[in-house]
Formats: sequence, structure tokens, C-alpha cells
Amino acid sequence: MITKRIIPCLDVKDGRVVKGTKFKDLNDVSSPVELAKFYTQAGADELVFYDITASSDGRKLFTEILTETASNVFIPLTVGGGISTIEDFDRVLKCGADKVSVNSGAIRNPSIIGEAAKLYGDQCVVLSADISLIDGVYRVFAKGGRENTGMEAIEWIRRCVDMGAGEVVVNSIDTDGVKKGFDIPLLKKVCEAVSVPVIASGGAGCIDDFIELFTEIPEIDAGLAASIFHFREVEISDLKAAMAKAGIPAR
Amino acid sequence: MIAIIDYGVGNLFSLQSSLKYIGQEARVTADRSEIEAANRIILPGVGAFADAADKLRESGMADIVIQQAKAGKPLMGICLGMQLLFEKSYEYGEHEGLGLIKGSIVPIKDVVPEGYKIPHIGWNALKFKGEKDPLFKYTKEGDHVYFVHSFYGADCDDSTIAVTEYSATLTAAVRNGSVYGCQFHPEKSGNVGLDILRAFCEI
Repeated sequence: MITKRIIPCLDVKDGRVVKGTKFKDLNDVSSPVELAKFYTQAGADELVFYDITASSDGRKLFTEILTETASNVFIPLTVGGGISTIEDFDRVLKCGADKVSVNSGAIRNPSIIGEAAKLYGDQCVVLSADISLIDGVYRVFAKGGRENTGMEAIEWIRRCVDMGAGEVVVNSIDTDGVKKGFDIPLLKKVCEAVSVPVIASGGAGCIDDFIELFTEIPEIDAGLAASIFHFREVEISDLKAAMAKAGIPAR
Repeated sequence: MIAIIDYGVGNLFSLQSSLKYIGQEARVTADRSEIEAANRIILPGVGAFADAADKLRESGMADIVIQQAKAGKPLMGICLGMQLLFEKSYEYGEHEGLGLIKGSIVPIKDVVPEGYKIPHIGWNALKFKGEKDPLFKYTKEGDHVYFVHSFYGADCDDSTIAVTEYSATLTAAVRNGSVYGCQFHPEKSGNVGLDILRAFCEI
């Protein structure tokens, strides 16, 4: 049976992990490579590297970091942030990424999904969508959750999967940062709408939030979080043990 | 030295890095003399079977791989590279493989209940078949490895050395003499995967 995946997300700016970390036992707390190694040994099933730099210098540092990570960490790596063209796909895949996630880039130019899927395979193309419930309708937001596109979210996700997205990361703006649990109603809707793997993001505050996610939605494939892992509020090894105890397939 | 066959298919960065990580010299190559000089061969691959099989033949790599395998040099196909070792594939039509492993490549969707997610993607447990193969010298039954595939090897009972359960039983690894195939990605399967590569390098 396929195990449920736990995915730490690393936001990288100018080659460093941002968001404070409490890794006193690491030599370099903001080194993406050190953190990636730590998470891998702790049992992370996959890693997401999110490039939040805008400058070309920052981008160059990001690809260097990615190359170094991929030379030392041998679990699947997904890369996102600023992906808008096939050249962007090509650049990160050459540095060792296995999957590439598109968000605003796909909103601006949806055909990128089909083009990338044809070139690299569906399994390589991850749609990441920032979603908020506005007046009873789930809407897709662009530009890091700042701009309401007006598009209905479930329809957008379905369309992207039809075009070739092999996996969907659902970021709930409404639960993000609140630490009171994942957005179960939204995630259920997405799981009903598509048959590709769905990754829940936004809202995890403790181990029980992951247990609730996998128990309430058996179809969900993975849970993603950032700061609770970086701040060591949740240890991945403890989370994995709790999952196994709850009868959730875990590695 | 390990020759990683270069025939223009897939991203070989992780494979090369993982071999380097376990202290092996690996070269991505399409050079006949280099492949002949290597003590092991890895046939990688992602994407569609037909396209990869064509590229393998057009580049002349198919003949070299077959000849080297028949001479007894340890060979490992990974993911689509494993599927290419089979006699044929039914992925969008019927296509001929290298014929080094008896059996054929068929869709997973035909053997799992409707609504099951395809591709079979993620970490799944290995179950050994028959006597534990030297490839799994450092591996325990139930260890998890990383899979990404929509088709699988069938009718290969005699060669199957490990399977995995995804509602149906899917072939995870095969062996015929010194020809090995892994449906999963050892180079993406953490320490378990590195140990499988290490064991292959000792065969």
C-alpha cells in the first residue's frame, strides 16, 4: 500500500532558508542543504524547495543550492517559485529536481502545464493553487495569495489536471498560519474532483492535525508544512510514529 | 566504473549523484569503448516506452547493451529502463523491447479497481519473492522504495525477485542471470535505495 507522505517545505531566499528555525544542533541553521539532510534522516518522504527570490542573483544561488542538495539527498525533490516558462522547468530539472510546481505562472499562461507535461511527463508537473472561500465560493488567488483571480477553484484544478498536471498542492489561505488544522471541507472537494494525488497545505499546528487529515480524507496523499517543522513544534519522526499508531500507512 | 547509458532519455543527475555518494565512479556515456570497459551498466529511463525504445535502437545503444548483458556484465534497468529489458510493451500499441527479461509491460489500470490513482506514485513496501536475492543483501522485507509508473511488468514470474502491493500485486524487481531491473527508483529511495545500488555494485 502506498504510504501517506509528509513533506516539509523550505522557503529559500538568496540561497538561505527563511522563516526562523530552531535547529540548534545544526551547524548552519539556515542552510537548505543541512536542513534537507536533517529532514531526510528524520523520515521526510519528499522535500519542497520554494524559491522566493526575485533577483537573477538570487535565482543563481537557488540553483546552486538545489544542485548541492540533490547531490546529497536522495528522496524526491519538488521545486516551485517563479516558474513561468519551459526554460524555468528545464533549469531546475537539470539541477536535480524531480517535480516542478507552477502557481501564478499557470494562471498567467495555462498552456505551460500541457507543454511541460508533454516534454517531461505528467508526474513532473505539479499544480499549486492558493485558495480562499469568498462568499461561499472557493476562489483561486494569484501572486502569493494577494490577488483574487475570480476563478472558481475546483474547476481550475480540474482543468489543470486535464491539461496534464500530475499532482495538486492545495494551499488554503483561510487556514494557513492559523495552526488549527487543515482545510478539510476544501480538500475533500478537491479529492472528489480529481484522481491525481492531492497534497494538503496550510493549517497544520500539531501532530493531531495530520492524523485528522488522513483519517477524515482517506484519499488525500500527503500533508505539507513549513514552520511547524522548522520551529520543531512537530518532529517528523514523532509524526511518523503517531501515524503508524493510528493505522495510517507511513514509511 | 559504471556506465550509465545515455540515449537522450531522462534526467540522470540524481542517478549519477547517488552512485558518486556511495563511492562509485559513474559516467553517463554513449561511447562503445567506454561501455565495454565499464564493469557494470545501468539503463535509466523515464517517459514513453515506444519513444525510448526507438532512441535506444537509433543510438546503437540497444545492440551494445544486449551484447554486454549476454557476455555476463551486470546490468540494471531502472523504471522505464527496466521495462525496456522486457520482450514487449503494450503501452499505446505494441512495441518490442530488448528481450532480456521474459514477459511484457501492461497497464496498471487493468488490474486495479476503478478509481484507483494512476500512476502508482509514492513510497511502497518491497516483498521478496523466492530466496532473497543478493541485490537485497542490505534490504529488509517491508522496506519502502519510491515508485512512479503507470505500466508494470507482467508474465515474468520466473524472473520476479520482489513485488509490491497496490490493490494488485505489481512487479517491483526482476532478475535474469546478471540482468537486473527495478521498477522503483533506487536513486530516489533514500538509504534503502542507496543500499540497493551498493549491493548491485558488489554483484
